[in-house]
Amino acid sequence: MNPTSLLLATFILSIAGLFVFIWSLRKGLFDVETSGSKVIFTPDDIGHYHDPAADPHEIDTLNIQTGRRNISHSDIANRPHDHSSTLPCFVLFGSAVFWLVFASLAGLVSSYKLHNPDFLTHSLALTFGVMRTIHLNLVAYGWAPLGVLGLAMWMLPRLLRAPLVGGRFAIAGAVIWNIALIAGIAAIANGKNAGMEWLEIPWQVGVLFALGGMMIGLSMVFTLFTHKVHHLYVSVWYIGAALFWFPVLYIVAKMPGVHFGIEQATTNWWFAHNVLGLFYTPLSIAAVYYFLPKVIGRPVHSYNLSLLGFWTLAFFYGQVGAHHLIGGPVPEWLLTLSIVQSMMMLIPVVAFSLNQHLTLKGHFQALKHSPTLRFIVFGAMMYTLASVQGSFEALRSFNAVTHFTHFTVAHAHLGMYGFVSMVIFGGIYFVLPQILKFSWPYPKLISWHFWLVVAGFSVYMISLMTAGVLQGLALQDASKPFMDSVTVTLPWLKGRSLGGSLMVAGHLVFAFHFASMVVFALSTKPFQKLSLTTEG
Amino acid sequence: MENSLKLIAGSMVTLSFATCALVALPFLQLKDVPAPEALKPYSPGQARGRNAYIANGCIACHTQQPSTTGAGIADAQRGWGRASVAADYHYDSPPLLGTMRTGPDLFNIGERQPSEDWHLGHLYQPRLYVPGSVMPGFPYLFEIKNKAETTKGDRVVSLPEGAIPDGKVVVAGEEALNLVAYLTGMKHNYPVLTPEEAKLAALRKARVPTND
Repeated sequence: MNPTSLLLATFILSIAGLFVFIWSLRKGLFDVETSGSKVIFTPDDIGHYHDPAADPHEIDTLNIQTGRRNISHSDIANRPHDHSSTLPCFVLFGSAVFWLVFASLAGLVSSYKLHNPDFLTHSLALTFGVMRTIHLNLVAYGWAPLGVLGLAMWMLPRLLRAPLVGGRFAIAGAVIWNIALIAGIAAIANGKNAGMEWLEIPWQVGVLFALGGMMIGLSMVFTLFTHKVHHLYVSVWYIGAALFWFPVLYIVAKMPGVHFGIEQATTNWWFAHNVLGLFYTPLSIAAVYYFLPKVIGRPVHSYNLSLLGFWTLAFFYGQVGAHHLIGGPVPEWLLTLSIVQSMMMLIPVVAFSLNQHLTLKGHFQALKHSPTLRFIVFGAMMYTLASVQGSFEALRSFNAVTHFTHFTVAHAHLGMYGFVSMVIFGGIYFVLPQILKFSWPYPKLISWHFWLVVAGFSVYMISLMTAGVLQGLALQDASKPFMDSVTVTLPWLKGRSLGGSLMVAGHLVFAFHFASMVVFALSTKPFQKLSLTTEG
Repeated sequence: MENSLKLIAGSMVTLSFATCALVALPFLQLKDVPAPEALKPYSPGQARGRNAYIANGCIACHTQQPSTTGAGIADAQRGWGRASVAADYHYDSPPLLGTMRTGPDLFNIGERQPSEDWHLGHLYQPRLYVPGSVMPGFPYLFEIKNKAETTKGDRVVSLPEGAIPDGKVVVAGEEALNLVAYLTGMKHNYPVLTPEEAKLAALRKARVPTND
């Protein structure tokens, strides 16, 4: 039997197995709405808009105008188990926002250096290659994971109707994680770089990430196994799986002394793609599945579509990583497998997108009034775009142009920024008022934040995708000197810096607003009464 | 779905498929691939230069994989060498394949540009050699001295006229010299076996193990 038919047989067999497995988990497969989708609501919640980040009068008016019920906001804001996660979430969000500021500044400096190469060249820490690596690591190990874990930790007690177990351990874990990040960035800035993309932080520091991450994760895992609900809501699947996926990915990838030669490269992309696909993505999807229905007061349209979406994501996403090595010195069957699974990713993506669209249908006017919804829906739309773009980028014909170009960087930002970061923003806008028992002090700044980052992000994406395509076409033309592929990108790289500046401005607005809210909340109410406590 | 154990078990099974495909199978398939005879291990200086390549984040803009698709085909026509194979990376841990060609592929840079002087000067200030280049200079790998103060062991970089003020010279630091030793050693122009030839060679080797 030749490898191709063997591969094909394995593929068909495992797909069949996957669908049988999904079928075995279904419950009322053909119902449009199953009871499972209502787990996130108390009976009072369904049928009216609700957003702690919005102007309460606007939401009241909206509820009345649309003929929906209007009930007092304080009634729905308080949930019995919220207090258990308050302080750990606060620590996670606070650190996430702190790292966001540095991460985006490092990104902006890198972007600027690419068209002004003589800017800041007098030390290793400031050189382009190092600055870009610092940007990536601050996002990948600072802002994004702390943000999504904070959201997950806040959602879990609500979803499971059980208090968070071991909140103090989670806080200690977050502290260790932050220390690890500082040590890791210091290592990179001093030339101690492990040499693999997304895994540059040396394994000696990685041990701290594993420890801190485990303390954060275990607190949620123990909560998961003590749950009191009859039904695990779709967000719980994504959170639960991601909590087990990430440690396996990180520990296997960082294991010293095991990997060698080209196998290291395949492991590298197995990790780097899966940390997106099996960690940031599922945790962000979990947030969308929670906040979107929650704000509009309507259960997810088709619960079974979400079941299909989850298991197909779990199955296909894990195997797509090698598409980063198309044309490279790796076994050909591996590339084919990853390309096929990249296309199969359209199934979970369409399932998710369709579901969100059908849930939101008829409620688009709420986007005008709910900041949370605006960020979350924008994020969900970018997830669809990023995934479809990613699937096509894996095709050899498309890849031939975009591989090795700025297009890849643009694509990474479509996922990590357009999707993940926007969802974190939206989630924090919803959650922080409930953690601090205090409203956002300057609602106008939320709009400023939104429009600055959306405008900046649009400029960023259009510029960088154009740069990538032009660069790719120039690289493919052997009659042109290599320098042509650099020259064509320059105006667009400047455009990227412009877009990036707007995004950074948006982040500064956000960080300022976050900090002001914390200061106001703590100064107007005694510290203890904010229920910034893990007791109970 | 009601059962958290079923959830976790199912999701670990899917991850193990992925791990088999992307980690375990390449591990098994590639672990016995021998180094090409013509490929020499790095000298201590080159190995230190390779570390400098990693530390300075050169991988952010340069690939080390003349590929078989797209830009790789054009690069081959430019005379930048054959596509690389797994065996070429025998001594590389980790391999520095890279994902960006903001700068050119460097897998055969030692062939294309063997001059040590060129590399040193180019690292000091790329735009003296390649107008319009967006590569940063690495002045911190060099030292500017008065011409009179240089000692016998100093490697003075020969720069184009007017690059630095009269009476001054640029002296290459240890790290710059190592980096250039690494770059000028990047030559992968030896022939490699096709997969079929490699399979036959492996079979022959398996049948007569005592010959090794």
